[in-house]
Amino acid sequence: MDFPMFHLDWLNDRFLIAMIAIIHVFINHGLAVGFIPYITWLEQKGVSMAGAAQITDPAWDDMVYRKMKVAFIITTTLGAMTGVGIWFSAALISPASIGSLIRVFYFAWFVEWLTFVTEVVLIMIYFLTWKNAGRTLKAKLRHIRFGWFLSLFSWITMVIIVSILGFMMDPGNWNQHHSLLNGFTNPIYLPQLFFRTPAAMVLGGIFGMLLTTIFTSRGTAVRTTALKSAARWILAWAPVALVAACIYYRAMPEAMRFNMSTAVGTMEFAQYYQLLSYIIPGAVSLVVIISIWALLRPRSIRFAFVLAPCLAAFGFLGIFERVREFIRKPYIIGGYMYSNLLREEDYPLYKRDGILKYATYTGVVEITPANRLAAGRDVFMLSCSRCHTTNGINSIVEVFERVYGAGKPLDENSIEAYIPNMHNGRTYMPPFPGNTQELKALAAYIRQLQLTGEPLGGAQTEGVTVNPLNSMDAAVELMKKNESDEK
Amino acid sequence: MNILLQATTPVPRDIPLPLPLPEPLLVVLLVISFLAHIIFVNLMLGGSVLTLWAQIKGLKDKEYDTLAYEIAKTITVNKSLAVVLGVAPLLSINALYTVYFYSANALTGLMWISIIPLVTIAFLLTYLHKYTWHKLENNKPLHISIIAAAVLVFLFIPLIFLTNINLMLFPEKWGTVRGFMSALTLPNVFPRYLHFLCASLAVTGLFLFWYVGRKRYPFENYFHTLTRYDVKKKVYSLAFAMSLFQFMIGPVVLLTLPSKGVKWNLIVVILSGAAIALPAMYWMWKAITGPPELIDRHYRKVIAAMTITVLLMGSGRHVYRANALAPHKKLMAARTAEFESISAEARRNPPADDAPPVSNTTAGKGGRGAAVFQANCSACHRQDQQLVGPPVTEMVSIYHDNEQGLKSWIKAPGKKRPGYPQMPGFPQLSDADLNELTGYILSIK
Ligand code: HEC
Ligand code: HEC
Repeated sequence: MDFPMFHLDWLNDRFLIAMIAIIHVFINHGLAVGFIPYITWLEQKGVSMAGAAQITDPAWDDMVYRKMKVAFIITTTLGAMTGVGIWFSAALISPASIGSLIRVFYFAWFVEWLTFVTEVVLIMIYFLTWKNAGRTLKAKLRHIRFGWFLSLFSWITMVIIVSILGFMMDPGNWNQHHSLLNGFTNPIYLPQLFFRTPAAMVLGGIFGMLLTTIFTSRGTAVRTTALKSAARWILAWAPVALVAACIYYRAMPEAMRFNMSTAVGTMEFAQYYQLLSYIIPGAVSLVVIISIWALLRPRSIRFAFVLAPCLAAFGFLGIFERVREFIRKPYIIGGYMYSNLLREEDYPLYKRDGILKYATYTGVVEITPANRLAAGRDVFMLSCSRCHTTNGINSIVEVFERVYGAGKPLDENSIEAYIPNMHNGRTYMPPFPGNTQELKALAAYIRQLQLTGEPLGGAQTEGVTVNPLNSMDAAVELMKKNESDEK
Repeated sequence: MNILLQATTPVPRDIPLPLPLPEPLLVVLLVISFLAHIIFVNLMLGGSVLTLWAQIKGLKDKEYDTLAYEIAKTITVNKSLAVVLGVAPLLSINALYTVYFYSANALTGLMWISIIPLVTIAFLLTYLHKYTWHKLENNKPLHISIIAAAVLVFLFIPLIFLTNINLMLFPEKWGTVRGFMSALTLPNVFPRYLHFLCASLAVTGLFLFWYVGRKRYPFENYFHTLTRYDVKKKVYSLAFAMSLFQFMIGPVVLLTLPSKGVKWNLIVVILSGAAIALPAMYWMWKAITGPPELIDRHYRKVIAAMTITVLLMGSGRHVYRANALAPHKKLMAARTAEFESISAEARRNPPADDAPPVSNTTAGKGGRGAAVFQANCSACHRQDQQLVGPPVTEMVSIYHDNEQGLKSWIKAPGKKRPGYPQMPGFPQLSDADLNELTGYILSIK
């Protein structure tokens, strides 16, 4: 509304954020939180396996070092950049919500940033001092202690991030408390944290097993021992992960109730929720099977065998993230701002006067028969485009065709009847904000889209048209009026 | 400001929430954390440019190849610090200049978001370059191409940032900008870019002077013909030359700044910054031209003076921004206040057709059921005509003696009629609402 609308008309705006965020979570959980303790444990094992005259078993240590190198390179490139990317993409797509959240949670994020800086520095120290630490036993033991410390620290970073995710889902309280503590009191917080911890460990272990198959040659003793170690690590954590996943699973509907002022349960949520009940046992048993196999017959394990459970384990986490997202719609800040970036409290005004009048960027203010389609396009951009595209992923034409029959001509009257009620049947969507004329224009535009398939460019390619009511001229008039009122 | 532009200059509303900290404190945080970030960016960029240069020179003289390797080792550390230190100024500028910064981001959105993959790739390239140093010993052209590719990306990224930081200062351009390329060509982007490149090389020169000069640095293990003094003198000369160059580019930057933010406070800050750099230049000159054993003599003073210069230049940057945006911010505040009061007024007197939510309706029995129907079903069902789904009369004929069946259908509809789309389910309706609804439907004749 007050920001030029960046819009990806094929990829879908939410998809961009989701993609970056999921990669980041994968790396954070699988290659840092779960991986570093696993590596430290292996490093320690190397020392205890070493001969009397050695500090550590050199072949083993080298293998562990190479695994850590992979994690180090990925976390400090893709991991760090997707972390920044979450900010970039969220600010591009939901500027009003991120702008609001920063005003309130600046301090929390600042603290998170400090832990983030510390973590990066610690990871660099841990990895870059590895080779030098191998010179004396004392240095090596110190290095290992440092590894445990780093593990704890990455875990703490996760504790903070989970709470931030938690408060973003917490509704009504936002208005009153404006505090990060909300995140911790959310009913989903502890189950989530409890789930993420062992899940990360399992991910770390299975990823480690995968790397073992790359960095060691078949038949060597190092490979056999390393595969067995990874298997033990996974088998130790998998049952915890299973229990935690079940607890989390059971806590979700309640969180849903807690987090939505509307009643529980949309179809989509129900579908994903059901999917989870298959995915949890499926993914867990896959990693357990490969681990038992690795324990019994380590020689027969190959890269390709580990790949499938590894992908399944990451997919497992991905689906959980997806379901969690449902808990947040239709609000982007619970009880305050909808996902279309409009504040709930401004709705009466928009319903009365329409949204176009108050939009900073629109080519149409008064709707006439001649500019109806252009008006409809702007209404679409302002009220639907954060979640729908014209022709791409979750396209508006497609979703209406699904309701009214694929390939059939859409009926403007039916669209007009549907939209004002859509938030009742489809609770993941915010209510339509505009007035009747805008509704009609939007319906006409959607019908037109079905016929022409014309794409809709975002501000990044098309630029913006300034609404004359919200231009500098208008603001100057307002200032003059304010000044004369004061006199 | 150009009167003609006023009609196309937007005055958006600000985020109607107070700033998280007092504004001056945020400004201090922004300026300082930004400088910490940019220093490491300078080192990353300057380091990779110098690595490329030394490695090319190393094709003829092996010693320079070693020098390149030594510089390359610093890049990967500095780049990590550059990224993490970037988050704090990002947060602060987001808080202080929400509307301006985000608007510029959106208007150059594709290029802006491309920063993420581009920088990731450049980072991966620097690792590839560092970790294949020995493997590609005999394939220098390929190895040099890797770092050259990284340098190209590193050289391009600052342009994206500068374009954004520049565009955010000029709301009067937002209505006319069409994508990154047109924002890039606004005046002042390129002079600032050159200013930044020279700063990067100067800062890297000063850094390397310290880096190779450290007592713990086993210089003699790596180099055989080059001496510490040679390298120190070279990097010091680089820093000196680049600083000298800044004295020429600086005025160009100042002159190409649109006049709206140029005020005396800006001139004073910038000139003091330049003045304090003068003694540093003098000390560097003395060290470079003096005897080898005295090259370290003024280093600390040079660093101290240059730090103050950088702080002042960074502050000058902020002063310009504050000056340039002050009038617009005032207008924006007025609009925001006006909107808040109109919105509050509309909240007190909601429009007539905006009926209160269904569950609050206490109208008669039929009334409530009708309201639930209106809210949830009317998009697809009419009384006696087929719309998306069958008419209500048809429902009645199916369910007139099976209210329970009707309820289960509404909660979880099946698929019956060929050629009709799937009806969505309504599991979210409360039992009470559902009773009212089915009672209402079945009462229709
Ligand atoms: C919060 C994001 C969001 C916003 C904003 C939003 N939608 Fe949706 N909409 C969705 C999602 C998610 C779906 C479900 C897609 C799926 O099932 O794959 C959906 C589905 C739909 C459907 C199909 C519903 C059905 O019964 O299958 C229609 C029609 C629709 N949207 C119209 C709109 C219109 C019109 C607007 C703007 C006025 C809008 N939406 C705004 C997220 C949103
Ligand atoms: C998105 C459009 C849509 C909405 C909204 C909708 N329906 Fe339907 N309804 C349909 C369609 C399409 C059918 C035909 C389905 C079939 O036969 O497969 C249908 C069929 C029915 C039937 C006939 C069931 C049967 O056994 O033949 C009933 C009863 C019904 N709807 C009630 C409702 C009620 C009550 C609501 C509101 C709570 C509602 N519908 C909302 C589209 C809709």
